[in-house]
Amino acid sequence: MPQSMPVLTELTPELDAFINEWKDKPGNLIMVLHKVQQVYRYIPRDVALTVSKKLDVPLAKIYGVMTFYHYFKLEKPGKHIISVCMGTACYLKGGEDLLKELERLLGIGVNATTEDGQFSVQAVRCVGCCGLAPALTIDGEVFGCVPVAKVAGILEKYKG
Amino acid sequence: MNKMVKLKINGLPVEVEQGATILEAARKVSVSIPTLCWHRDLEPWAACGICVVKVEGSPKMLRACATLVEEEMSIITHDAEIVEVRKTVVELILSTHPNDCLACPRNMACELQKLASEFGIRGMAFPQRLQDIPQDTSTTSLVLNPEKCVLCGRCAKVCQGMQDVWALELLGRGEKTRIAPAADVLLNDSPCIKCGQCSAHCPVGAIYEKSEEHIVWNALRKPDVHIVVQIAPAVRVAIGEAFGLPSGSIQTGKLYAALRRLGFKAVFDTNFTADLTIMEEGSEFVERFSKPTKEAPLPLITTCCPAWVDYLEKFYHEMIPYFSTAKSPQAMLGALSKTYYAKKIGIDPDKIFMVSIMPCTAKKFEISRSKEMSSSGRKDIDVSLTTRELSRMIKSAGIDFNNLPEEGVDTILGEYSGAGTIFGATGGVMEAALRTAYHLITKRELANVDLVDVRGLDGVKEAKIDIDGTEVRVAVAHGMANISSVLDKVKEALAAGKETPYHFIEVMACRGGCVGGGGQPYGADDKVRNDRAYGLYTDDGNSVKRCSHQNPSIIKVYEEFLEKPLSHKSHELLHTSYTPRPEYRW
Repeated sequence: MPQSMPVLTELTPELDAFINEWKDKPGNLIMVLHKVQQVYRYIPRDVALTVSKKLDVPLAKIYGVMTFYHYFKLEKPGKHIISVCMGTACYLKGGEDLLKELERLLGIGVNATTEDGQFSVQAVRCVGCCGLAPALTIDGEVFGCVPVAKVAGILEKYKG
Repeated sequence: MNKMVKLKINGLPVEVEQGATILEAARKVSVSIPTLCWHRDLEPWAACGICVVKVEGSPKMLRACATLVEEEMSIITHDAEIVEVRKTVVELILSTHPNDCLACPRNMACELQKLASEFGIRGMAFPQRLQDIPQDTSTTSLVLNPEKCVLCGRCAKVCQGMQDVWALELLGRGEKTRIAPAADVLLNDSPCIKCGQCSAHCPVGAIYEKSEEHIVWNALRKPDVHIVVQIAPAVRVAIGEAFGLPSGSIQTGKLYAALRRLGFKAVFDTNFTADLTIMEEGSEFVERFSKPTKEAPLPLITTCCPAWVDYLEKFYHEMIPYFSTAKSPQAMLGALSKTYYAKKIGIDPDKIFMVSIMPCTAKKFEISRSKEMSSSGRKDIDVSLTTRELSRMIKSAGIDFNNLPEEGVDTILGEYSGAGTIFGATGGVMEAALRTAYHLITKRELANVDLVDVRGLDGVKEAKIDIDGTEVRVAVAHGMANISSVLDKVKEALAAGKETPYHFIEVMACRGGCVGGGGQPYGADDKVRNDRAYGLYTDDGNSVKRCSHQNPSIIKVYEEFLEKPLSHKSHELLHTSYTPRPEYRW
């Protein structure tokens, strides 16, 4: 076999069992992809290929689904996920300035990950605390009423 | 027969079968509704919205391509509002489409251009927003230019449905939607088999054959190059369409003449090596049929089609021992031109430049697919052009094709039997092989050489032939999606230790065989495929010699050069091998 053949990934027993359980049920692809993302935090290409073989679904179809739904991530996310709220209130209160500050500090824009794999930045719609605008969350922890000047300090906590 | 449904189109009464679409009903009363994503080969999926019509009693416009007729329906296909909506659809598509028509490979043969013209578009109604995705030129055969894609989805439907290859899919959503292989890998790293059906079905210039006319023009202009050419069976019955002639008209003599006027020093015919393929493959079949072994088992599976070869190496490599090792007619002619022919006319084979004219984009891939494609010690074939490319060359050389005199072939690698010419249609290789296999086994000639059971457009055809009391079971599949049922049946039987359901299987990747090839003039549908095949069967019927083994030039090439089928020399020049290949590379 040529060297460039992608290698089928050995799946975790949990994932393998999940796939076997869902194998013959309709609508299984979305369920399996959710599970894969839960396990790996994203959907690695080799795992997608393995799923394609196990479910006997063409890889092209899997990518059609994966790229249609924003929820599915194709790239490995950083250790810490920074979500900047772009809901109406946060947007008006300067959510975009927070993104700009993050770009200045981390060198990455929206939907990107720092080279050292520490941080990913994403823009999200309303995190449900409009009273605290502008807000951002890091790994689920909410920071409200964030002035631009405080962003660097918040990040410090997560570095290293 | 289905129940008939009565309805009205623009007030005109019409009766159509239940299950017909509004589009079909309209055509019946000579009303033509514009379409873009719709294609006769494919199930409608209503992507573009150009075919909208009004139905009395419905508040919204409906898509004629995908809406079935109902009793008493009253349909308006054209009024000011409908035309305005359709025009807006065209304008919106144009806003995401580059307008460099003059430099586009589909200039004058573009369905979007035609719509823009018919709707009287005289400017850009919306600001342009073009996709910024680079061209994919990774394969030997095709260029994918997503910037020109109108997202009609035809290529993906063909690649997935008709061909079961799944190299292309619509990825992303909204304005980021694009046509691409899974994981956005390059086409050459995807399962793509280069059949080019995507390019034959694309309405615009988003996927097209990798044009290599310039290489041939350069070679033609070099005085010290001995440039020679071969034409494939299916080209002769299709090229006329590029010059306004009916599909299926046989243009062999005019083609020979056109090629000489272009400057080729010798004009050969791939039909000759189709006969040679039959001698080799037929002998291979007889050998396996009389004594199948583990290394050379039954069923024997044909391998003339390079897209099929690519497919089998990717998807069925566990069945490699079943594949005929005989090269395709194109490859055999390449090998002979730089050995046998070079010797005969006393020319240095390095000075020979071999061009092939094929109905096929995968043939561009075949000429460098393995080391056996350089069996003469150098590339056996230098360039492989499609029918479309040749027709452009003929036009640009100022050759009035329709009024050319008929000329003959250079017989040394050109004389052919009726069996050679039908290679271009599905079932043709099987029919040709059986005509000769019968002779090889019985030493007699078939009384009736017309094996009509293997002809026609049914996706899978089966036949049983009696050879001196022994039953030979054959299957013929075309359109790549039809092959798995045949091979799975074989695999199942063999796994269960049963006898093989077939002894001999012919596969061609494209619907209809090479007559429906991905490099043929645009606009093929089943009618055109049938017309072209009919042309080949007419050519066969008109032939004095109907069987490959009767071809005097074939007898001669064995006497003078190859000795006998499956000889050492034959194996060296006319046979190849297969290797498993991955579906994806990254």
